[in-house]
Amino acid sequence: MLGLANGYRLTANSSEMALTNETIQERLIAKFGDLVTNFEAPYGMLCFEAPKDQNLKLLQFLYDDPELRFQFLTTLCAVHYPQQKGRELAVVYHLHNLQDNVRIRFKVFTDITTPDIFTATNLYAAANWMERETYDFFGVNFIGHPNLKRILNVDEMDYFPMRKEFPLEDGTRIDKDDAMFGR
Amino acid sequence: MARPVQYNVKNEGGKAIHMVAPPEGHTGEGFFTTKLSDVVGLARKNSLWPLPFATSCCGIEFMATMGAHYDLARFGAERVGFSPRQCDLLMVMGTIAKKMGPVLRQVYLQMAEPRWVLSMGACASSGGIFDTYSVLQGIDQIIPVDVYIPGCPPRPEAVLDGFMKIQELVGKESIRRRNGEQYKQLMESYGIQ
Repeated sequence: MLGLANGYRLTANSSEMALTNETIQERLIAKFGDLVTNFEAPYGMLCFEAPKDQNLKLLQFLYDDPELRFQFLTTLCAVHYPQQKGRELAVVYHLHNLQDNVRIRFKVFTDITTPDIFTATNLYAAANWMERETYDFFGVNFIGHPNLKRILNVDEMDYFPMRKEFPLEDGTRIDKDDAMFGR
Repeated sequence: MARPVQYNVKNEGGKAIHMVAPPEGHTGEGFFTTKLSDVVGLARKNSLWPLPFATSCCGIEFMATMGAHYDLARFGAERVGFSPRQCDLLMVMGTIAKKMGPVLRQVYLQMAEPRWVLSMGACASSGGIFDTYSVLQGIDQIIPVDVYIPGCPPRPEAVLDGFMKIQELVGKESIRRRNGEQYKQLMESYGIQ
């Protein structure tokens, strides 16, 4: 037990070896130049953006690079920003470097009228269900996905429920009045 | 010395034990005549086999109802079946998502006639607080319901009350009802033959 604990402390203390946000940013800029933008680090977690047609190249680089090694896809989801015309839908990848225990966020934006994004299923098997869920709720069309159909909602559903394009509630509804459910 | 069994059965400390009353009929010396539907109703209502379809907190209340304190066994319904083929009463307890709808309907279709449905709680009856894209706004959109129990969740007393309402329906039901035109129309309105 003592040996294990010491070993852990040694790893944790060797900060000059650890992968820092600055290193990641430098390597990305060295490789992709102006394509990667909007670097920020809210709560210490590096976050950046790239054009949507570059998402696979970027993910592949983050995966393959011997120093970066972001080989674990923690989660994947979309966000709808109705005010940002031409880039309404964001697809966000949360990546994890398990060796150095470093996490990053990577975003691509797309027009809601052509929500086509290349699938990450060939790189991360975990992306399969996550992309299906993202399609289910936001209607992001993942090009090349092996089985892009709804995963949680009923198959008959003809809308994407998490898009911010629905009024919260119709004030004129009479099927449930204020006397019920404390409204 | 232990007191005889008769003491407990006949008058527990002077109290009369409540027995189910016989149906209306004609009594003579050594015989009793009544309607067949009354006898069938009496037998059915006191030995209902419930099929619990519990999806959320209402199911927990139902477990309390099944337990020793509230004891659904007093109503002849302690035999909870998990096979729709053998059960008489479908107890739907909890939120039914739209995706669960066809499953619930399938379970109902697999039950043999006569069958009754009890909808417990706000969610099963109306969608409850889940007024949203993924939740069925009441199971009566897909299957006919006999008794609704209000509450979120209802207390076990309310469940027992709802169950007794079902018993009332079962006891009074004509044995020809399920062959009737009205019943057929009801089933057709749900697209069930």
